[in-house]
Amino acid sequence: MVGREQFHAELEKMKTMVIDLAEGAKEQLSRSVEALYNGDLEATNNILEDDKVLDQKEMDINEAVILLIAREQPVASDLRRLIIALKISTDLERMADHAKNIAKSIQHLGENHGINIHEKLSDMKEIAIRMIDLSIKSYKHEDMTIARKLAELDDQLDKLYGEVTKELLEETATNPQSIQHIMQMAYCARYIERFGDHATNIGENVLYLIKGKSIDLNA
Amino acid sequence: MANNTVFSIEDFNLWYGSNQALYKIDLQVPRNQITAVIGPSGCGKSTLLKTLNRMNDLVSGVNIAGTIKYNDQDIFNKKNMVEELRTQVGMVFQKPNPFPKSIYDNVAYGPRIHGIKKKKVLDEIVEKSLKDAAIWDEVKDRLNQNAFGLSGGQQQRLCIARCLAIEPDVILMDEPTSALDPISTLKVEELIKELKNKYTIVIVTHNMQQAARISNKTAFMLNGELVEFSDTDTLFSTPRDKRTEDYITGRFG
Repeated sequence: MVGREQFHAELEKMKTMVIDLAEGAKEQLSRSVEALYNGDLEATNNILEDDKVLDQKEMDINEAVILLIAREQPVASDLRRLIIALKISTDLERMADHAKNIAKSIQHLGENHGINIHEKLSDMKEIAIRMIDLSIKSYKHEDMTIARKLAELDDQLDKLYGEVTKELLEETATNPQSIQHIMQMAYCARYIERFGDHATNIGENVLYLIKGKSIDLNA
Repeated sequence: MANNTVFSIEDFNLWYGSNQALYKIDLQVPRNQITAVIGPSGCGKSTLLKTLNRMNDLVSGVNIAGTIKYNDQDIFNKKNMVEELRTQVGMVFQKPNPFPKSIYDNVAYGPRIHGIKKKKVLDEIVEKSLKDAAIWDEVKDRLNQNAFGLSGGQQQRLCIARCLAIEPDVILMDEPTSALDPISTLKVEELIKELKNKYTIVIVTHNMQQAARISNKTAFMLNGELVEFSDTDTLFSTPRDKRTEDYITGRFG
């Protein structure tokens, strides 16, 4: 009997589309945090423009998945492969939106805000980038052991976020005239923290693909 | 045997001459449910189906070992009449096979053989059977016309009505929609789903999506073995056996 080689080739192609979207979301995070530290307003416009490209990529994945379900009537792990591609691409698109939000915060801060960008935001970004890399690696290789590491990193990220918000809150007391700027920085910390949650979701989707049942990585 | 088991197949083996076609089959067919049997060509699924009402008796050189019980009775016991078994266990085939008779006479054929002669009783049986087979409205005004004038889908539903007319307990179906167009297929599938309230149905199908759509239980067979027998929802979402997963996702070869 001949296998469904063409269908399975299309599943592989869809996987590369998802990975491509992930690379895009990761790139947006790096660029937006870099622009935050450099106060680079020009870069923010590029980030906002490129977000539209990523939105389109997510829609392309949705369309490809719906077509494959309609045409191939997949079952079992193939069906889960398609369903998690949909869900993962939603998480990736949301990640990209958070990068876009960081860019908007930079615009709100303006050029001469006169406050130091908290150094821990950079540490948070590093963890978030690692989490995206891990989640996509686990998706690419359908590897549960990688997915399970995400929970640990997410805890680290949440901890850093807690420290940053606490310190920023203290700063609002000593530096009340900068409250608006400090608030924007707190938002940025929150946006970066959300990257971790979405990366964890991706890991959970990979576990669902392999196990056929839902598993909460944070439980 | 539990009361909700119709057929209890235990350690059943079957040979065509020196070729073994079924290996150590263990399977409990549940009452008032639809059990689908899937698997590649030559896996033994039709052989297993035909064994359930001893159609294989007609094939020369068939040897068997193991037991099949129908409602606690060994179907191969010499004391049990095969005619009795086939009255209880009806069969619908791949190609519609109406008799070259009127629609009415096709349905009345079985009851007449069983000695029913009164026109009024026969009329009632014919109407009820055609209604249960979801074809009454389409044929009620032409009951005396030849059954060959019906479409393929209608002929198949007529054959189901003919099967229902002798009030069987179980209906075996061997690829009942493979010769039908998609609309007729859906009508027959709807009918099968309704019939399960009154009958136990065992259906062999090459169409995996059909098995997924209509059955409660699915058996996957491969090279004469029963690989997996599960709830249909489980078999098509999270099969236990890698061979099942490979087959239903088309990773075979």
